[in-house]
Amino acid sequence: MSKHVEFKNHQREIFHFQLRLVVSIGFVLLLLAILLVRLIYLQAVRHNYYHTLAESNRIAIVPIVPNRGLILDRNGEVLARNYSGYTLEIDQNKTTNMEATINELSKLIEITHKDRKRFKKLLAESRDFGTLMIRNRLSDEEVARFAAQQYRFPAVEIKARLFRDYPFGEKMAHLIGYIGRINEDDVAHLEEKNLAANYRGSDYIGKTGLEQSYESDLHGTTGIEQVEVDAGGRAVRMLSHTTPVSGNTLVLSVDAKLQEIAEQSFGNYRGALVAIDPNNGEVLAFVSKPGYDPNPFIDGIDPQSWDELNNSPDVPLNNRALRGQYPPGSTIKPFMALAGLFYNERSPGYTISDPGYFTLPGSSRQYRDWKSGGHGSVNMFKAIQMSCDVYFYGLATELGIDNIFNYLTRFGFGKKTGIDLGERLENGEFEGESSGLLPSEEWKMRRYQQKWYTGDTVSAGIGQGYNLVTPVQLAFATATLANDGVAYRPHLVKEVRSSLGDEKRLIASEAIYDLNIDRAHLDLVKKAMVAVTQPGGTAVYAALGTPYSIAGKTGTAQVIAMKQGEKYDEKAVDERHRDHAWFIAFAPAVEPRIALVVLAENGGHGGSTAAPIARKVLDYYLLGKIPKPLPDVKVKEGGEHD
Amino acid sequence: MTRRQLWLRFIAHLDRPLLLGIALLLLTSLLVLYSADNASWEQPMKQLFNIVVALSCMWLIANLPLHYLMRTAVPIYVLGMVLLISVALFGEVSHGARRWLNLGIANLQPSELMKIGVPLMMAWYFEKHEATLTLKNYFIAALLLLMPIALIVRQPDLGTSILILASGFYVLFLAGLSWRVMGVLLIAAIGSAPVLWSTLHEYQRHRILMLFDPSQDALGNGYHTIQATIAVGSGGFLGKGYLNGTQTHLDFLPERTTDFIFAVYSEEFGLLGSIMLLALYSFVVWRGFIITGNASTYFTRLMAGSITLTFATYTFVNMGMVSGILPVVGVPLPLISYGGTSMLTLLLGFGMLMSIETHKKLVRT
Repeated sequence: MSKHVEFKNHQREIFHFQLRLVVSIGFVLLLLAILLVRLIYLQAVRHNYYHTLAESNRIAIVPIVPNRGLILDRNGEVLARNYSGYTLEIDQNKTTNMEATINELSKLIEITHKDRKRFKKLLAESRDFGTLMIRNRLSDEEVARFAAQQYRFPAVEIKARLFRDYPFGEKMAHLIGYIGRINEDDVAHLEEKNLAANYRGSDYIGKTGLEQSYESDLHGTTGIEQVEVDAGGRAVRMLSHTTPVSGNTLVLSVDAKLQEIAEQSFGNYRGALVAIDPNNGEVLAFVSKPGYDPNPFIDGIDPQSWDELNNSPDVPLNNRALRGQYPPGSTIKPFMALAGLFYNERSPGYTISDPGYFTLPGSSRQYRDWKSGGHGSVNMFKAIQMSCDVYFYGLATELGIDNIFNYLTRFGFGKKTGIDLGERLENGEFEGESSGLLPSEEWKMRRYQQKWYTGDTVSAGIGQGYNLVTPVQLAFATATLANDGVAYRPHLVKEVRSSLGDEKRLIASEAIYDLNIDRAHLDLVKKAMVAVTQPGGTAVYAALGTPYSIAGKTGTAQVIAMKQGEKYDEKAVDERHRDHAWFIAFAPAVEPRIALVVLAENGGHGGSTAAPIARKVLDYYLLGKIPKPLPDVKVKEGGEHD
Repeated sequence: MTRRQLWLRFIAHLDRPLLLGIALLLLTSLLVLYSADNASWEQPMKQLFNIVVALSCMWLIANLPLHYLMRTAVPIYVLGMVLLISVALFGEVSHGARRWLNLGIANLQPSELMKIGVPLMMAWYFEKHEATLTLKNYFIAALLLLMPIALIVRQPDLGTSILILASGFYVLFLAGLSWRVMGVLLIAAIGSAPVLWSTLHEYQRHRILMLFDPSQDALGNGYHTIQATIAVGSGGFLGKGYLNGTQTHLDFLPERTTDFIFAVYSEEFGLLGSIMLLALYSFVVWRGFIITGNASTYFTRLMAGSITLTFATYTFVNMGMVSGILPVVGVPLPLISYGGTSMLTLLLGFGMLMSIETHKKLVRT
């Protein structure tokens, strides 16, 4: 009996155990199913995703930075070039004590105080944790000395790199500009424009001048090397390779020799000169004095030199030709004369009597002529030749400010010329030029919430008051006048060539508009401008003994306002408060080949300081004559005041 | 005795289907290790040595009659406890964990011993009280399980604790722990989770949290999981081919000869290979269940069932960890991952299975 029960128990026990075993098998099958589902999900469903991840794990894209395009003058003279040289670089990731490493290095290779300061700046600005330059332009001897000791500096290496060099230094600085290290702002900018990919690996970008405005041509296309890397980032083998395309070469319309002569002709004067070929808008010389050496900017200028440049009273960093805004003074008179003829307010024969001052009807306020006592009987021709203020006071008053605005705006006054300098915008225009100021009733109301007074018109007639022009703007107006009203946009770059020279792109040489100026009006004004450089004119010295004729106009831009009845005495005024001297000209007077503007800051008289500078430039351009260093021309003739 | 008779004697206690499954897995191990070690023979040769040693021990155990096996239960368990306490007192610290005991000639990891010792002890205990099983006996068996676990968790070694806990639980389960008690335990476990959480080490919590979002810590602890998942997923259906795994050979996979060796296999042999491997493991487990079903005594049934289930759990935890559905707890892939200790414990277990299978007739008579 008991044996039976035990047997039954045993049976039951076996049954229970087998039940548990079945549950266990079910449990294992469940685990198996979970794994299967997971593996199918990873290896079949999501395979593409993980495949991509694995590929991006193993493939590194290494950019190959293209060589930057060269900049040549119109005759092939090199203005910006690349040379290869050695730099000493330190890897931020591999060193723990940067300071100590550099101290140790300086025992081997000269590291100046300036180098250290620049390095600190680079360190602060660096956008990633890559390598940073400590020294550049190492000599062969320095390279050899370091190579022998390299094992002591695991974080430091010598690299061969291409460097930018501007052989003309400060003579071309405002024109060529410079490249500099890409900073965070540049990165943001590139990302905004969707260009960041092409700048992978690039260290430099154009910061000012043509280097900036033609950045997209000069930079070139970055090549790509696909390499397989391991988890440590070491390249294992190369998978594919796209060659970089070097940047395009810029061929300028600027003549380097002419630029040099123009630059030298300024002597100690500050100022600007813009010379344009009126037949096509090609800029032949583009000077802003003083310049600065762009070379130290490339790898970051040391703070001390920067302060010196930035705080200099001569503001060498300011591009006067592009951004300097000055009252045009009497250089506006030929254009005013054309306006008078256009609106029939003046006929060529109309004559006024100049008593030396002008008064508005019903007012006692006197607007003085620069020549006390006046010029006597004056018609339009004489008014331009002798720069008679009273004639133009009257003319301006009768034209009214709105007519003046409407007419002068056609010559580009108060507007940017669109010269190819500055940052290139999406619409192809350039940002950075100043627009000057051509006042109008509407402008004054908007700017000052004041109505326009007739008195404002009087001074506008001789280019004072609110009027402001930039040298390049005045050069454009002069070139347009020289070319009989057919306007060409001024441009510094003549041609963009691919690096191999097999493709060329010309920068537009088509006229942008024709003002359709009456032939007779043009003849009158141009003849009067020729007379300016002849006996009786205000710039007689400028054309003394030239085999070609010069059409010109002098001008004076007031730096400080004169009180009513006060007399301007050059000697009594602080040098920096002296008037700016202008001279605009084109030559030869018939079928002109060059139009130019000279501004000599605090130069006093246009005829005596600005015109001689123009003369040297014209002599070289038209005759190939290289000026001897001339003693400064002393002017004793009182008639050459303005 | 002829040579043939000698041979038959030699293999008499080896279960052939089980041996076949094990042998195929061990071959796979050598094959994958060669690739994981970047086509070097260094680790495969060492592993071969581990295999030879472990197989010899398996053969010995397989030939051991069951009553000998039962007799070893108490001494092994006691020895294991003593060693665990010694480790807690004067163990060697390595990688922030106190797991090793320096014996002068070799480092011993007593927790490995307990992988066999705990189920053995519990099965022995149930066999002793087979006739009069009450809830009290289950309680005592549970204590036998929890004491070593407490010491191992403190080391800390989460992976081993979980596996020993599982192997002990399987004994309880197969011994007939009532469903009601298990339900209560489950509720209690869920209830005590927050308490347990607070006793975990920071890195263990981190690993568990990371399970839910490994990308949170992509360069730290999440790196293992992410790279392993990428390796598995990028393998696709047919895999990248033997020795062609980019994740493996370009060093992206961490611990690829040990805990993450399944990622290497899966990357190179794809879904097809993974399914074949799962089939191989399933075959071994299936054979284990057959042996369990055939086992003649209470002790052997419990022991065989626990060994088989633990082996399946082992495999699941490792593959789950590599494929990103379980936290990285440091469990090697059984019979394939490089390592001598786990190889030895596993093959000792299989030795017991074989002994159970081949000695049952002797027991019945």
